[in-house]
Amino acid sequence: MCLAIPMELKERDEYEAIVELGGVQRRVSLLLFPEAAVGDHLLIHAGFAIGRVDAEEARLTIEGLERIAAQARPS
Amino acid sequence: MISQEPFRDPRLLDSLFQAIRSEAELAGRRFSFMEVCGTHTHAIAEAGLRRRLGPQVRLISGPGCPVCVTPVEYLDRAIALGRLPGVRLATFGDLFRVPSSRGSLETEAAEGLRVEVVYSPRDALTLASAHPEERVVFLAVGFETTAPAIAATLAEADRLNVCNFYIWSGHKVVPPPLRLLASDPGLALDGLLLPGHVSVLTGWGIFEFLATDFGLPSAVAGFTPADILLGVLELVRQRRKGEARVTNLYGRAVRREENADARRLMDRYFAPIDSDWRGMGVIPGSGLALRPEWAERDAGLWPVTVPEPIEPAGCRCGEVLKGAISPPECPLFAAACDPDSPVGACMVSSEGTCAAWYRHERYRGEAAP
Ligand code: SF4
Repeated sequence: MCLAIPMELKERDEYEAIVELGGVQRRVSLLLFPEAAVGDHLLIHAGFAIGRVDAEEARLTIEGLERIAAQARPS
Repeated sequence: MISQEPFRDPRLLDSLFQAIRSEAELAGRRFSFMEVCGTHTHAIAEAGLRRRLGPQVRLISGPGCPVCVTPVEYLDRAIALGRLPGVRLATFGDLFRVPSSRGSLETEAAEGLRVEVVYSPRDALTLASAHPEERVVFLAVGFETTAPAIAATLAEADRLNVCNFYIWSGHKVVPPPLRLLASDPGLALDGLLLPGHVSVLTGWGIFEFLATDFGLPSAVAGFTPADILLGVLELVRQRRKGEARVTNLYGRAVRREENADARRLMDRYFAPIDSDWRGMGVIPGSGLALRPEWAERDAGLWPVTVPEPIEPAGCRCGEVLKGAISPPECPLFAAACDPDSPVGACMVSSEGTCAAWYRHERYRGEAAP
């Protein structure tokens, strides 16, 4: 039930935004995350944006994974 | 879009399994970790991680499914409220088929109870504004991820002046039961995999008591197989080295600090109360009730007669939720109880431990060692 789906913010007004994933658009509330900006990848839960997914942090995690892979299989 | 592909790359998953195995071998002992998020439970089962981790690392599912930990009295009262004249209930789908003392919302609906399944509490609010002649009661169940969404919906109801929107709050918060589980000598946990989306709202700092008060390693993890395995690897490493801290491995979504806007709204509408968890009993400060100043929105205060609660006969959901048994240890599992005819709540929601095992791990015979 705590499922949250990352969707991209396309348009916003004061309270609401249009978000999109794979061509599907949805109208969500920004009351819980008013700082959201166009282009953000937002986590959407039950019709509300609850936070942002940070691309730079995602890259760092993937780098960490690659490091583990390199150590697990020393060539 | 940020690509999810690397998080599902079989090559990376293989190395993670290998790294976990070598760490565990270095330690020369077995480990027991608990995940306390239904979305993790589901993801672990779906990806078959338990089987591939082998006997060295045992993953135990905890009380991470909100409708599963909601006691039968909650639904009994909900149904009694729904029977009042002019009342329409609105609920998340997860709750719709959960057995109460009598039937479920689904079976009651077949007999005339007016109940609407909604994706968002905002849909329930829309329903209320479209039907001013009715009283719409939203069944507000969920953890810290969901409670702020309900609070925000109440704020919208106030802004739009929708007077016929009410809630019956069964909200719960995650840290109090973790204190009980962390100190349970029967479980003897080596660490906890912390819920990623709860942490988006609360911040990971709220879980530091696990290290300071209980000396337990913990890791906030995302929901792909790689995220979960990274979490397990971190827990094994910390335990092997005798360390204990909260490691945030879901940095792309979670920070140390809470979502302050969500917190403000949540505090405006809700106050902590003692709350009853299926299988764990009443836990101090573990629930959220509407504050007295919002009594006019609180359907939980309406006088209704609620029958004596009856737990489903033979269901061991309570023990499953505490991690005391795994689903195949329940004699009804995959016999009298399956997702088509669930006996207990743990078999209903896709996040319920019994449902996750039934769908993905039924034939593997993995009773707890
Ligand atoms: S298998 Fe069914 S009856 Fe047994 S504990 Fe799970 S939900 Fe309850």
